Amino acid sequence: MFSLALFDVVNATEARVNAPEEPVIWFLQTFVTLFIIMNVVMVIMAYQTWAERKVMALAQQRFGPMRTGPIGLLQPIADAVKLLNKEYIVPRDADKTLFFFAPIIAFIPALAAFAVIPWGDATGEGLFGGWIRPIIANLNMGILYLLALSSIGVYGIVMSGYTSGNKYATLGSIRSSAQVVSYELTMGLGLMGTLIMAGSLNLNDVVIAQQNTMWYIIPQFFGFIVYAISGIAETNRNPFDLPEAESELVAGYHLEYGAMHFGMVYLGEYINMNVIAATVATLYLGGWAAPASFLEFIPGPIWLFLKFAFFLFIYYWIRVTLPRFRYDQLMGFCWKVLFPIALANVAITAVFKYLGITFGWWG
Amino acid sequence: MQNVMNPVGGDNFQEKGDKRMRLSLGPHHPSTHGVLQVIVDLEGETVVRCDPVPGYLHRGTEKLAENKYYTQIIPLTDRLDYLSPFNNNLSYTMAVEKLVGIEVPERAQWIRLILSELQRIASHLIWFGTHVMDIGAITPFLWAARDRETIMDIFEMCSGARLTLSYTRIGGLMSDVPPGFNEKVHEFTELFHKALKDYNKVVSKNPIFMSRTQGVGVITAEQAIQYGLTGPSLRGSGVEWDLRKHEPYMYYDQLDFEIPLGSTGDSYDRYLVRMEEMEQSNRIIQQALAKLPSKGPVKADDPKIVLPPKELSMSRAEEMQRHFYQVIHGFPAPVGECYFGLEGPKGELGFYIISDGSPRPYRLKIRAPSYVNLQALPLMTEGRMIADVITCIGTIDIVLGEVDR
Repeated sequence: MFSLALFDVVNATEARVNAPEEPVIWFLQTFVTLFIIMNVVMVIMAYQTWAERKVMALAQQRFGPMRTGPIGLLQPIADAVKLLNKEYIVPRDADKTLFFFAPIIAFIPALAAFAVIPWGDATGEGLFGGWIRPIIANLNMGILYLLALSSIGVYGIVMSGYTSGNKYATLGSIRSSAQVVSYELTMGLGLMGTLIMAGSLNLNDVVIAQQNTMWYIIPQFFGFIVYAISGIAETNRNPFDLPEAESELVAGYHLEYGAMHFGMVYLGEYINMNVIAATVATLYLGGWAAPASFLEFIPGPIWLFLKFAFFLFIYYWIRVTLPRFRYDQLMGFCWKVLFPIALANVAITAVFKYLGITFGWWG
Repeated sequence: MQNVMNPVGGDNFQEKGDKRMRLSLGPHHPSTHGVLQVIVDLEGETVVRCDPVPGYLHRGTEKLAENKYYTQIIPLTDRLDYLSPFNNNLSYTMAVEKLVGIEVPERAQWIRLILSELQRIASHLIWFGTHVMDIGAITPFLWAARDRETIMDIFEMCSGARLTLSYTRIGGLMSDVPPGFNEKVHEFTELFHKALKDYNKVVSKNPIFMSRTQGVGVITAEQAIQYGLTGPSLRGSGVEWDLRKHEPYMYYDQLDFEIPLGSTGDSYDRYLVRMEEMEQSNRIIQQALAKLPSKGPVKADDPKIVLPPKELSMSRAEEMQRHFYQVIHGFPAPVGECYFGLEGPKGELGFYIISDGSPRPYRLKIRAPSYVNLQALPLMTEGRMIADVITCIGTIDIVLGEVDR
């Protein structure tokens, strides 16, 4: 079985996308798609901050942003304008070059991860004769690409902490490097079950495989839990927000950032949340596919959006409810709880797949 | 000038080449509850030395008090523990009353008792919100602030102020409570009973909260007594000592309430003690409301100390003269010393007055529970992690206005 999966990975270099007939046209089409998807992602990210504040306000019995536009809908724009107008300050003790580039390093991989998320059936041609495709790059090793990018994103956090020349920021980046490295492992292991079941690293194939059987959240429930928790830890969100623990490290690794550089750190964090939410939706909640055939008239992007919005809501819900772990408890939780669960999940899934055992009507 | 980051007499570890980092938590840190500075020496995340540095909010209250008449000191006490100004007013007023030997009318006493317990709940609510917020949960703070708002409204009703109440006077209260007071307090007690259940549901049994507080900041009963801790911080260690029970003042001996006790003396026990104390305070308020006499004076009948009623001083020459005389000259207190302490929300809040027979105190010493309790911080935190320092600052419930005075 493992050999089979490995075989797939090796084969992944062979592009399965319909080969472009006219490279220039294909490039332009990709560019148009890229432009549209990236803008959609950025708008979602901006309104995600608004949504988070509204959900938090709901839990805390307040209104949240109300003054900017109707029910505060222009708040993200006001925030962005404010950040852009602020002065960029470099602390005296900071390493000036790395201090400048660290948020960018954190931000770009987060955004780039959206290249492999399918917003519709990626094997189809797309709208307007291929000018708007549902996916930017239909990579056959999409999941590996995601994991790789999330690992690169950590460097941004670690660098911004170390180069700030601030003790709190340094502590924050120490915490971050330990935490993210540990949780990356459980995150990858949590995914393994899905890969084994789908037999592919291509995210679109995973969605189609779920269409043929059922959403992997049911057979891969433990994998889902491990992945979701690790994802929250990976994006440094409550209850795992130790690198930026407000009450302990003031703001942690991004303490010294101001102006749009802070905005960049912030954007990176929220887009990372989006990536986790989108991958959860794709890998466990059926991605762009409709939950039932009579709902298929609603297009794929909307389904994907609804699913990942739902997961983001859970993110916020957890954030307003739970207190924060302590550093040692956090590591203990990763290595003593999540890691064994993930490992057992992988082993059991693999054995079942190898023996061809299926539960009920899915397999 | 002494350099706090490298104190004289402190070990200069940097020359020794130890792998330590000296981190200055505060005075502008989000969770040091004001302007407390805590200098911690870290080895990784472990605290090897913890040194609280109070004094950033020092306003010289005790010295200021030496130049003011007894009545004029009441507004100063508002600014001590600004989360429970009524208890400060009350403790000071009762100390002066003990000194001059004035009898306070029954209705005033009951109103004082009710407001004092309301203030205890308000103070504990802020402690609950901030303590849980320090640990990372943000929502309970907002809920606690919502319920505290009702208490603030009650105080606003009575005294016209929300924070700097100055509602007590030597010999009674500024004025009687307005109509509708009983109903409003009753409404609050019912509402608060339900709210407390919500708090317990969200926080008390939360596994992350429990793991963050259980076994953290342990103070044994002996240590607690040695360090002179009072209030919930002492009772969390299992020492049964509550001035309301053991040295009853006002009418606490007529009321039925319990003193919650902890067993291990960790942060979680202190948390439970305070939560239960709020419930007991709620009970006390309900009982006291039933016993509150519906009519009666709220100021003692002592023309030398108590100002005449406003309507009389504005209409009759005798009272007007008396009013002016008292405001300008104060009232002389008998020569002597006197201490009175009451069970404040944070511990024993005491005022020690030395009088030389003049209308001003010769010396006023404030026994501030926060200051005494803060001493236990190094004991609780050394050898633990940096996140525990924050938990421990929260668990002893300090207010910097009171620590620095």
